[in-house]
Amino acid sequence: MSILVYTESENGKYKKSAFEVASYAKTVADQMGTTATAISFNASEGESLGNYGVSKVLNIAGDQFNTFNAEAYAKTIAQAVEKEGATTVIVSSSANAKYLAPLLAAKLKAGYAPNVVEAPSCTAPLTVKRTAFSNKGFAHTEITTDKKIIGVSNNAYGINEIGGSASVEEFSAQIEDGDFAVKSLEVDKVAGKVSIADADIVVSGGRGLKGPENWGMIEELAEVLGAATACSKPVSDMGWRPHGEHVGQTGKPVASNLYIAIGISGAIQHLAGVSASKTKVVINNDAEAPFFKAADYGIVGDAFEVVPQLVEKLKEFKAQNA
Amino acid sequence: MKILVCISNVPDTTSKINFTDGDTKFDTNGVQFVINPNDEFGLTRAMWFKEKQGATVHIATVGDASVEPTMRKALAIGADEGIRINAVPTDGFFVAEQLANVINDGGYDLVIAGRESIDYNGGMVPGILASLLGYNFINTCIGLEVEGDTATATREIDGGKEKVEAALPAVIGGQKGLVEESDLKIPNMRGIMMARKKALNVVEPVDATKATVDSKFEKPAPKGAVKLTDSVDELVSLLHNEAKVI
Ligand SMILES: Cc1cc2nc3c(=O)[nH]c(=O)nc-3n(C[C@H](O)[C@H](O)[C@H](O)COP(=O)(O)OP(=O)(O)OC[C@H]3O[C@@H](n4cnc5c(N)ncnc54)[C@H](O)[C@@H]3O)c2cc1C
Ligand SMILES: Cc1cc2nc3c(=O)[nH]c(=O)nc-3n(C[C@H](O)[C@H](O)[C@H](O)COP(=O)(O)OP(=O)(O)OC[C@H]3O[C@@H](n4cnc5c(N)ncnc54)[C@H](O)[C@@H]3O)c2cc1C
Repeated sequence: MSILVYTESENGKYKKSAFEVASYAKTVADQMGTTATAISFNASEGESLGNYGVSKVLNIAGDQFNTFNAEAYAKTIAQAVEKEGATTVIVSSSANAKYLAPLLAAKLKAGYAPNVVEAPSCTAPLTVKRTAFSNKGFAHTEITTDKKIIGVSNNAYGINEIGGSASVEEFSAQIEDGDFAVKSLEVDKVAGKVSIADADIVVSGGRGLKGPENWGMIEELAEVLGAATACSKPVSDMGWRPHGEHVGQTGKPVASNLYIAIGISGAIQHLAGVSASKTKVVINNDAEAPFFKAADYGIVGDAFEVVPQLVEKLKEFKAQNA
Repeated sequence: MKILVCISNVPDTTSKINFTDGDTKFDTNGVQFVINPNDEFGLTRAMWFKEKQGATVHIATVGDASVEPTMRKALAIGADEGIRINAVPTDGFFVAEQLANVINDGGYDLVIAGRESIDYNGGMVPGILASLLGYNFINTCIGLEVEGDTATATREIDGGKEKVEAALPAVIGGQKGLVEESDLKIPNMRGIMMARKKALNVVEPVDATKATVDSKFEKPAPKGAVKLTDSVDELVSLLHNEAKVI
């Protein structure tokens, strides 16, 4: 019996979320009096997961795993679960993890609780707190099956460094061509740009910015902060920005450390999708904009004046604190 | 081509969320129910396949009789026939097993579900369903074409897009982008009249797994007041020293 945690990597390097789910797995392992084993695909620094409490890493090597494939990955993880006699599997909330977790749930006949924000409050029955109703509420979910899957919300649990090194084993699974039946034809990622899902900071623009030609200052602000750029729904509907930047209840969820909303009114559907962010800053020229009620910090002012000033100030700040 | 669109009946996006019975139940009092937005995109894409490629479109919902107005709306938008599986759904695994049962009997080429239901945010029904059926599964779809027995789809991935191809039968987890916002249809009078005459078959549930129980709910703690400032210097200092996020 152990806890198996799926630690994601990109080009061989672990993503930040891998350290968070590893930390979470260590906590669950301690609660259950067992150890945490990680599983990764083509990762090169397995030992480093020891720092987050993982005892052993099963690494799967092979070119066929270079591009994520939900079915092949889920099947591999299911085999690792059997080998380790794992009872509980921990995954992140990345798009890939959310794609494979239900497939894994079906294979293991496991109950799956996604969007979990805290360590389990009880281990028998295993009970976790998860967000529901698009962040307008929480559910305390008991998983009643023998095998269990917990999906941890990004940035909710945090990273615990405890020092240590993990042992690494190569793991090979029984995979067939048929497991790659959903064939990837082309992956189109903007190189060097941080994604909304992985970003610590997200800078978001709304209809108050008047038109796509005014996004230069938003991108500049994102650049000084190392942030991802996002937008409200009408902005992507009008084609000012790509659909992939639309955040909110019907767009991408945001759970960053810092969310800066510029020229966004704070409609209920927008707030539902971004309210999991830790600190929210609003820049809006209307003091009555509903977003101020949901924000931590705010500037009532014209974005066209405030944002360039903020960019300059942050450049100064970065230079001093570099 | 025979398509099934899975429709989740959810509180309207503007709903205030409250809980009752000692915080053990979602309070439906005064709540307006609608087609889950992700499913509406899928249904609208299905209508396109109906118009352009002669597809037959059925809808299915697991729910008690209270979901019928939402199903009638989907029929008014243009679906040909509805199947209601007469059970109160409380868990994604249970819903997937119920849907798998009617799909096995129905001979569908394509099953279109939503990436996520905006009520319980499980994001699991389509994937579990595909696995139970042994169908290919494509999640977070923002574009979908079918030619012969091959589906080609564009998926949203973290930080970009991916183009994939899979043989039918397949299950799709759809979302915004599958059709243009302007393609979404508000049912007209004729559609509503016709929907009344369309078949809405009720089938009884099969025994199925309940893998999770939501035993208690809670609302987020009320938020403290916003700190307003009119200086960017002060904002930067607050973010650095107080919030510690830069
Ligand atoms: C089913 C459904 C789902 C939806 N899902 C989403 C979703 O997922 N995400 C989402 O974002 N929306 C969603 N919406 C839309 C939502 O209801 C709002 O219409 C939308 O969020 C408004 O976008 P906005 O804040 O950019 O624009 P507006 O509401 O027009 O707000 C613009 C703001 O900019 C401010 N402003 C104007 N000029 C300036 C200036 N010079 N400087 C500073 N501020 C300025 C204004 O004061 C105003 O507050 C959904 C709606 C429905 C019906
Ligand atoms: C009175 C009542 C109480 C409920 N209580 C709970 C509860 O406590 N916990 C809980 O998790 N759920 C509850 N539900 C059910 C919930 O509405 C969902 O149908 C079900 O749980 C799946 O939710 P999900 O978030 O996992 O769906 P997701 O996996 O997020 O849904 C993805 C897609 O699957 C399809 N789908 C989902 N649900 C259905 C459905 N019912 N019929 C047809 N297609 C569907 C849709 O295409 C949807 O877009 C309750 C429903 C009712 C009526």
